[in-house]
Amino acid sequence: MSISENKVDKNHANTYRRKFLTQSVAVAGLTIAPGIVLNQVAHAKADADKVTNATRWGILVDTNKCNKGCTDCVTACKTENAWGAVDGSPSSETLSSKEQQAQWIRKVTITDKQTGHVQSLPLFCQHCETAPCVDVCPTGASMKREDGIVLVDKHICIGCRYCMMACPYKARSFIHEKLELQKTTAPRGIGTVESCTMCAHRVDKDQDPACVEACSKAKHGALLFGDMKDANSAISEELKKHGGEQIRADLGLNTGVRYQGL
Amino acid sequence: MMSFRQFAKHLVILVGLTALPVMSNAGDLGPVPPKAKAKASEKTECVEPVPVMRKDHMEFLKHKRDLTLREGVRTKEHSLAECIACHVTPNDKGEYARFGEDEHFCSSCHNYAAVNVDCFDCHSDLPENGAKKLRSSNKTNPHKNILTEGGK
Repeated sequence: MSISENKVDKNHANTYRRKFLTQSVAVAGLTIAPGIVLNQVAHAKADADKVTNATRWGILVDTNKCNKGCTDCVTACKTENAWGAVDGSPSSETLSSKEQQAQWIRKVTITDKQTGHVQSLPLFCQHCETAPCVDVCPTGASMKREDGIVLVDKHICIGCRYCMMACPYKARSFIHEKLELQKTTAPRGIGTVESCTMCAHRVDKDQDPACVEACSKAKHGALLFGDMKDANSAISEELKKHGGEQIRADLGLNTGVRYQGL
Repeated sequence: MMSFRQFAKHLVILVGLTALPVMSNAGDLGPVPPKAKAKASEKTECVEPVPVMRKDHMEFLKHKRDLTLREGVRTKEHSLAECIACHVTPNDKGEYARFGEDEHFCSSCHNYAAVNVDCFDCHSDLPENGAKKLRSSNKTNPHKNILTEGGK
């Protein structure tokens, strides 16, 4: 009896050892594979992965490359997120005045009165690290994702508009009326505040925001999107080389959107 | 003691009275939600068993909305977009019903139960390609346009 038990144990030990060896080989193979994949794709995120603060998304605007008459970024944003009027078609907000209608991104023209130098640049949510809109929100609807994208959780937004008052960039809008035919990827509706989402739905799929894509498609290349925490990303290298200013840097908000040539 | 004949008479009356409310509702079959696409038909289950979905779909949606919006999780399971993509189906002519119409998957039950939801104040009630092919009928949910009409 005791002999047969020993035999069983020995066999068990053998299978265990065999399993351990094959498994450890498999694990070793796996650990090599993701390392290679990670080196090839800069910021691949699986659908099931949560965003982390290992990345901080940012956009760099080169105002010298930004064409004065061009509104391709604004049109692309409107088309992607279904706000405002595109190509003469009526706005989805028919009852609101022009001042009331949503504006996620707008072109701003700056004139230096002394020299007469005129500059044109897109202005949108600056995705601040210490965002005033997040500070003042009474419900926690105004929030910042771990990767630095500032969003409105419209599920719990009560439409008080404190964030609109707090934002130094006038980046947020309030929806005054019932909307129809929103995009699946860009839910927006009455009684809530909204602003640029840095196209979070695209970014999570490793695509550039719609404005950035449109700008490079038009061969202006005035907008550069990337991870500001990754030293090897194009945006980090450009910022290291030539720097980038924050609008109202005096407020110390550490914005995710930087400008060159201001 | 009650005779058998008497007992039988009482039984018939009792059964008749019990059946009355049931018979008066015989024409009402309850909500008739449209069939989902093949991937969640009778053969393939929805992401959860049907009784669970009937009772708890709102809890799944609520949990998933926070995961997606706040943490960037973009899986399809329990996402409203995927519910719509699979369950909101066109009719024979290839036209889509809108939320509020009895033919729309969500409002087929919500109209019946008179439970108003505000999901579609913001979210699209159509699959991503559905916006161009809408039904011509305009049987809207009486609750749906309260805010617009009140504001006008």
